[in-house]
Amino acid sequence: MEAFALMLSSSVNAGTVLALAALGLLVNERAGVVNLGAEGMMLTGGLAAYATALHHPSGVAFAAGAGAGALLAALFALLVVGLGTNQYATGLALTLFGAGFTAFAGESLVDKQLPDLPRPLLPGLLDVPFFGHALLGYHPLVYVTAALAAGLGWFLFRSRAGLVVRAAGESPASAHALGLPVQRVRFAAIVFGGALCGLAGAYVSIVYAHLWVEGLTAGKGWIALALTTFATWRPARVLLGAYLFGGVTMLQFHLQGRGVDIESHLLGMSPYVATILVLVLISRNRAWVRVNMPASLGKAFRPDN
Amino acid sequence: MNATPPRLELHGISKRYGTLLANDGVALTVMPGEIHGVLGENGAGKSTLMKIIYGAVHPDAGEVRWDGRAVRVASPREARALGIAMVFQHFALFDALTVTENVWLGLDAALSRTEVQARVAAVAAEFGLEIAGDRLVFDLSVGERQRVEILRALLTKPRLLILDEPTSVLTPQAAERLFAMLRRLAEAGCSILYISHKLDEVRALCTRATVLRGGRVTGVVAPATESAHSLSELMLGAAPAAVARSAGATSADSAPALEVRGLSLARRERFGVALEDVHLEVRAGEILGVAGISGSGQGELLGALSGEDPRAPAGTVWVLGRDLSRAPARERRALGLCTVPEERMGRGAVPALSLAANTLLTRREPIARAGFLRWGTARRLAERLIERFGVRARGAEAVAASLSGGNLQKFIVGREIDAAPRVLVVAQPTWGLDVGAAAQIRGELTALAASGVAVLVVSEDLDELFEIATDLVVMARGRLSPRIPVREARIAQIGQWMSGDFPARAAPAAGTGGASGVEGIDGVGAEVIARG
Amino acid sequence: MARLEPSALAAPAVSSSPSGAWGLLSARAAALLSPLAALAITVAVGAVLFAALDKPPARALEMFFIEPLRDGRALSEVAIKATPLALIALGLAIAFRANVWNIGAEGQFIVGAIAATGVVLAAGEGAGRWVVVALVVAGAIGGMAWAALVAWLRDRFSANEILVSLMLVYVAELLLGYLVYGPWKDPQGFNFPQTITFPAATAIPRLVSGQRANWGSLGALAATAGAWLFLYRTYAGFQLEVGGIAPRAAAYAGFSPRRALWTALMISGGLAGLAGALEVAGPLGQLTPHLPVGYGFAAIIVAFVGRLHPVGILFSSVLMSMFYIGGELSQSRLGLPKALTGVFQGLLLFALLACDALVERRRKR
Repeated sequence: MEAFALMLSSSVNAGTVLALAALGLLVNERAGVVNLGAEGMMLTGGLAAYATALHHPSGVAFAAGAGAGALLAALFALLVVGLGTNQYATGLALTLFGAGFTAFAGESLVDKQLPDLPRPLLPGLLDVPFFGHALLGYHPLVYVTAALAAGLGWFLFRSRAGLVVRAAGESPASAHALGLPVQRVRFAAIVFGGALCGLAGAYVSIVYAHLWVEGLTAGKGWIALALTTFATWRPARVLLGAYLFGGVTMLQFHLQGRGVDIESHLLGMSPYVATILVLVLISRNRAWVRVNMPASLGKAFRPDN
Repeated sequence: MNATPPRLELHGISKRYGTLLANDGVALTVMPGEIHGVLGENGAGKSTLMKIIYGAVHPDAGEVRWDGRAVRVASPREARALGIAMVFQHFALFDALTVTENVWLGLDAALSRTEVQARVAAVAAEFGLEIAGDRLVFDLSVGERQRVEILRALLTKPRLLILDEPTSVLTPQAAERLFAMLRRLAEAGCSILYISHKLDEVRALCTRATVLRGGRVTGVVAPATESAHSLSELMLGAAPAAVARSAGATSADSAPALEVRGLSLARRERFGVALEDVHLEVRAGEILGVAGISGSGQGELLGALSGEDPRAPAGTVWVLGRDLSRAPARERRALGLCTVPEERMGRGAVPALSLAANTLLTRREPIARAGFLRWGTARRLAERLIERFGVRARGAEAVAASLSGGNLQKFIVGREIDAAPRVLVVAQPTWGLDVGAAAQIRGELTALAASGVAVLVVSEDLDELFEIATDLVVMARGRLSPRIPVREARIAQIGQWMSGDFPARAAPAAGTGGASGVEGIDGVGAEVIARG
Repeated sequence: MARLEPSALAAPAVSSSPSGAWGLLSARAAALLSPLAALAITVAVGAVLFAALDKPPARALEMFFIEPLRDGRALSEVAIKATPLALIALGLAIAFRANVWNIGAEGQFIVGAIAATGVVLAAGEGAGRWVVVALVVAGAIGGMAWAALVAWLRDRFSANEILVSLMLVYVAELLLGYLVYGPWKDPQGFNFPQTITFPAATAIPRLVSGQRANWGSLGALAATAGAWLFLYRTYAGFQLEVGGIAPRAAAYAGFSPRRALWTALMISGGLAGLAGALEVAGPLGQLTPHLPVGYGFAAIIVAFVGRLHPVGILFSSVLMSMFYIGGELSQSRLGLPKALTGVFQGLLLFALLACDALVERRRKR
C-alpha cells in the first residue's frame, strides 16, 4: 500500500512540472498563440532558479525562475505580437536560444550542490499512513499547481476577462472590430504563460531533480505542448493528464526497481512514446479537435489601421 | 430658432491608403430618427467611411459632429459610448462562444453574465428577434447570426445604428422583416445609416440617401423621388450597358453536358451543409443559374463538381456522358470540365506567385516531359490571357496580389475560358467587383454559352442571375428547387424558395406513380405561385 | 496545431504599394538585407558578450570569422561541418516550403548513422570499398524510415509532425545509447560506450590527402543543384510550394496534400540520414554517444537564414560551420565556453526574424 502511495506521490511530483508548463501554454493557446519556446523558457527558469537558490531561500528562487521565463516570453511577445513574426519559427528560435544560453551560462553551476530542502512543511506529515505520501506530504508548489488549475478554469469560463482571452483566440479580427485589446491580451497571456513555464523549470531544478545539468528538462516542454492539445485546452484535464504522464515517466523507475529486465535506455523511451501515442489518439478525430481548438491558434494577427 | 441639430454630421472627411484615396472630402448629415442610405458600388468608399464613423479608422482630414458638437471618435469603445452601434457585413462573431457571451463582449459594461442574458431576452422579444442565449454561434444559420449581431447593437441603446449591407445574407422576405424592425427603431428616435448597393432597397427604406462614387459624394437625394435610372447614374456615372442574354440551349433534345443525379453528401466542415438528393442538368449553350443565400450548400455542391471534395458517390456526377463522380480535378479538366472558385485570392490564384506561375494551377501546357517546367511557355500563356481578357497588370511576371479584384477575376475566369472547356462551373463571378469588370465578365460568360459551352453559375446576387441566366434553380439547406426559366421567375417566389419553401422533387416515375407525382408537384407549385 | 505560413520565411513577395526609400528595395534586395543585418546584430552582441567575459572581443571574433577560413586545412574543416548542415538544411527547406515542419531531423540524422553503422558491422573486417556505397545508401534509407513514421502518423491520424518528430529525436538518442552501451559495444573498447573503429575501407574517400574533407562535400554540392532544380524547375516542386503557401489553391488545382507530405518527409529524412551516414563513416569513424551535436537543429537555422533557397543555404551552412569551429577554437585558445556556439545560433535566428519583420513593415509603409 505504501509502495502504491509512493508511486502516486512520485507521479504527482513529476506531473506537477508538466502541469505548470502546460497550464501556462494553455493560457497562451487560448489567446491564439503557440509558443514552441516552452523548452527554452523552462530551461532558463530552471537555471535562474538554481543559481538563485544557491544563496537565497527557495521562495526567492522560484520567483527568479518565473521571472526569467516571463522575460524570455516577453521577448517572444515583442516579436510575435509587436512585429507579427511567424509564431512557430520564433518559438523555435526561443528554444534554441534558451538551450544554448543555459548550456553556456550554466556551465559553472554543474558541480554546485543545493542545500537540502526542508520537506515537508509540517513535521510528521509523511508518517500518516498512505495519505502522508499520497496527499499531504508534497512540496507547496504541488498544491499551488492544483489550485492554479482550478483558478484558471474559473477564470477562462466564468469571468469576463477570461471570455476576452478566449475571444482573442477564437477570432482576433472580430475582437479587434469590437474594440477589445487583442494585442495587449495576447502579450499578457504570453508573459503569464512564460512565467509558469519558468516556474516549472524552477521546480525541476530545485525540487524534482535537485541539480543542474545542460538540457535538464529533457523534452518536458515539448511534452507539455502535446499535453495542452491532449487536454483540449481545459485546465482540469491538463492537470489530470499531467499526473498521468508523470505516472508514465515514473513507471520506468518503478519497473526497474522491481527488477523488470528491460534495458534502461529502452525504458527511458516510455514518456516520449507515450506522448506520441497520446497525440495519435487525440488527433484521430480531427473534427472534434477543431471544435475544441481556439480557431485562430498559430495564425498571425496584424491589425491594419 | 432652436432647430434640432443633426444627430451626425461629417464635413470634408478624407482618408488615403497609399495611392488610393478612399474618401475624398465626404460630407454626410443624418437627422434624429432618419433612415439615411449610403449608396455606392463596390470600392466607392462606403466601408471606409463607416469605419471612420465607428472609430476603427482615423480620417486624415475632416470634422465629425455629434448632436451638434465636434467630436473625435478615436476607437470603437468611444463610438459606443457616444451611442453609435454597428452591425458588420462580415459578422464580428465568435463561433465557439454562446449567443449571450457574444453579446456580452460587445458591451463595454461591468454587467454580469446573467444581467446580459436577461436583457438579451427582453430586447429580442421587443423586436421579434428571438434566439436562445445558450446556443453556440457556430450552430446558427446565417440569418440567425445576423440577429445576434443586431441584438448586440441594440443592447447598447444606440442613437445611431449603422448597418453594412445587411440583406446580402437574407431572403427577400427576411429582408422585409428587417425593414419593419428598422422603421420601428427610427420611429423611436434612433437614426439609421443603411449602407447598400441595392437600389430598390434604398428606395423602399430610406428617407434620404448620400451617393458615393470613387470616394466622393455625387449626390444627396430623397430616394423615393428618384428613379432607378437616376440613382444608377449617380452611383456609376452612367447607366450600365445591358448584357445580351444567351439564346438558350442549342438543342433541347441533346444530352446534357453536365448532369448531377441524386447527389447526397454528408457535411464535412464544422458549419457545413449536407447535400440532399441534388439533381440538375445543363445543356450546351445554356446558362443555369443557382441562386441561394450564403451557406445553403453552394460551396459543397461546387466542391463535388470540381473534384475538391472526392466523396461524391459513384454515378452522381456526369460530364459529357462520363461518370466523373470520383475523378480527381486533373481528370475532370482533361475531359472538359473547368471551374472558377468563389475565392479569388488563395484559391483561384496564389497571391504570392506571378501570373505566369498561376497559369500552372489549372493548365498543363507548360509542363514538359519528366515533370520539368517550361517557364517560357507559362509566361507566354499568361501574356496571352492578359491581352485577350484586358487584364490590367504589369505583365506575366506581376504577382497576383498586385492585381485589383476585378483584374484578377478577369485573369482567373479568362484562364478557364481559354482552356476551351465543354462545361464551365463558376461561383460568385462578380462578387466585390466594380461595375466595369463585372459587366465584362458577364459578357464573357454569355458569349461562352453562345459558343456552345454549358455554363453553371452559382451566385448570391439575384440581379446578376436574372441578367445572364437562361434558367434558374434555387439552393436552400442543401436541397435544390425545381427548375424554372428565367423569364417565368418572379422575385417573390424565388425569395420564398430561398428560405427552403419549395416542393420536394418527385421520385423518378415507376408505372403510373410518375404521372401523379408530377401532378402533385404542379398542385403544390401552383399554390406556391399563387401565394407568391 | 494550425498550419504555418512558410511564405513569411522564404523570400518575401512584392508588396502592393511600396513607398519611400524602403519601397525602392526590390524583393531580392530585401531578402538579402535581413540575413546580413541579423548577422551584424549577432556579431555586435557577441562582441559585447566577449567583453563582459573579460576576453578580448576582436580576438574572439577573429576565432569565429577569420581563423576558419585561413588556409586549406581550415577550409577543409569548414567543409566537414558545412556538409551535414547543408544536406539537412536542403531537405528541411523543401519540407518547410511544403508547410511540413520536420523539426526532428536530428533524430533522422542519428538513425541514418545507426543504419550505416549496422552495415559496417555486418560487412565485417575484410569488406571491400563497396561498403562505402552500401552504408551511404543505408543511411539515407534509415533517415527516410524514421521520417516515414512521422509521415504515416500525420497522414493516417493527423498527428502533428512537429511534436511527433521531436519525440522521435529523444527516442533516437536513447536508441543510440542502448546500442553503444549494449549490443554494439566494442569488446576491446575498455568498456567505453562506443563501437569498434570502422575499418579503413569503409571511410568516405578524402578529397585532398592529409585533410579531412571528403566526397560528402561534393555530394552536398550535387544536392544543392538537385534541390534547386526540384524546387524551381519541376512540377512536383511547384505543387509542394503551392501546397505550402495556399493549401486551398492546391486543393482547387488538384494537388495531393498526401503526396506533398510524403515527398517532403522522405526527402528531408533521406538527406538527414545521408548526413548521418557521412558523419559516422567520415570524420568520426565509429559510433559513439557523441554523434549528435545538434546538426539537425542548427540546420533549421541554416535553412531560415538561407531563405529556404538552395544557394542561400550553401552560404549559410558555411557561416554556421564557422560558428561551430569558432566555438571550438575560442574554447581551446581563449578559454571561452564552447556552448557559446549555441547562443550565437539562437541569437542569429532571433535577429533574423526581427529584421525580417522590420524590413517587411518598412517596405509596406
